[in-house]
Amino acid sequence: MSVPNDTHAKLASYAHPERLVTTEWLAEHLGDPGLAVVESDEDVLLYDTGHIPGSVKVDWHTELNDPVTRDYVNGTRFAQLLGEKGIGRDDTVVIYGDRNNWWAAYALWVFSLFGHQDVRLLDGGRAKWVAEGRELTREVPNPTPADYPVVERDDNVIRAFKDEVLAHLGKPLVDVRSPGEYSGELLHMPDYPQEGAVRGGHIPGAASVPWARAAAEDATFKSREELEAIYQQEQGLSPSDEVIAYCRIGERSSHTWFVLTHLLGFPNVRNYDGSWTEWGNSVRAPIAIGTERGSVK
Amino acid sequence: MTAPAALPPKLAELVDDFSGVGVKDRLQLLLELSEELPALPAKYAGHRESMEQVHECQTPLFLAVEVASDEDRTVRLYFDAPPEAPTTRGFASIMVSGLDGEPAEEVLAVPNDFYLALGLGEAVSPLRLRGMAAMLARIKNQVRSAG
Repeated sequence: MSVPNDTHAKLASYAHPERLVTTEWLAEHLGDPGLAVVESDEDVLLYDTGHIPGSVKVDWHTELNDPVTRDYVNGTRFAQLLGEKGIGRDDTVVIYGDRNNWWAAYALWVFSLFGHQDVRLLDGGRAKWVAEGRELTREVPNPTPADYPVVERDDNVIRAFKDEVLAHLGKPLVDVRSPGEYSGELLHMPDYPQEGAVRGGHIPGAASVPWARAAAEDATFKSREELEAIYQQEQGLSPSDEVIAYCRIGERSSHTWFVLTHLLGFPNVRNYDGSWTEWGNSVRAPIAIGTERGSVK
Repeated sequence: MTAPAALPPKLAELVDDFSGVGVKDRLQLLLELSEELPALPAKYAGHRESMEQVHECQTPLFLAVEVASDEDRTVRLYFDAPPEAPTTRGFASIMVSGLDGEPAEEVLAVPNDFYLALGLGEAVSPLRLRGMAAMLARIKNQVRSAG
């Protein structure tokens, strides 16, 4: 079963307001039957220092990634994971996390690969909840296991692989990494190699829109108007475009995927999770360096 | 698994503590260490410009290294990391618990990959672990440049 949507006025202006909830809404609905709250962070210990009461932790590294192959877990493992966390297929899942919901958006994207229907982000994430002085607990819930069905991932709709990106060249791409990574200046730091890519730069034609530009000071998403100004007016993207977003391993670009898909209503956006750690290591993959988008010769 | 012989005693003990328990308890240990990271002394508090930033960490981490002029050239370590970065604080705390107060020679002799013996690789991503390697590299650089 699922729970009602948050009808807050700020959310109503987005293309899919049902994909977000406010901290007020979550505080009111904690404990509602059919609502599961998930924390997903960059910092592996943060949940353990205190979390939203009743929330369970999902770790992107140990729980969503396959331990051997560079891929996500399969349907069996995902069903087992959600079952253990007490999450049912029809439950409303609200995900929140640190760093402007960076990893929360990544988890939401992975849940979406498995077609979990009702999955939402907490607008403002962990930072806003904490800043508002809302309750945190160290008590780890012991959920009643749920019977989550085995559903295989659908990698065709919102995920892009390298060959698909090659075929896509010439159509809109969004590089959401930092300007230094985009231009190719940042590859190695003093003392040791940084990103694990042998070449720096970006995929030719990609627009540079660092992911965090979509977040406001308080870690909430910027308003619809502000987001349109960035992605549509400034970068020239249009909702009718087919867009592929990428970063280093696909986490930061999940955030941008969320913004374009659910907040601005672009229906054809894919996340290239191979991202720079695949592209920048691939023999003969075309690369542009510098601050210009560049093009494929 | 026993710690390499080259580790200073307190660091060797930490490595033994970590490698002696399962993955879940290792994270618990790291959490406890993160809470024990000493607050900055007054001379550094609010003076990040006098500290070195460890850019390789995914969260802001600042480090100060002092080498005393005694015979041992005793090394003192000071770290500053925000409470919302407990993993980074835990790594910093390992450095403080294991290396603070040790002679410069001992600090320089710590193998650069000592952290592998902590057995955190299964729970903490490689990128996160790199922060720890970077901390040690920067500590050693500062100890060396202190003459």
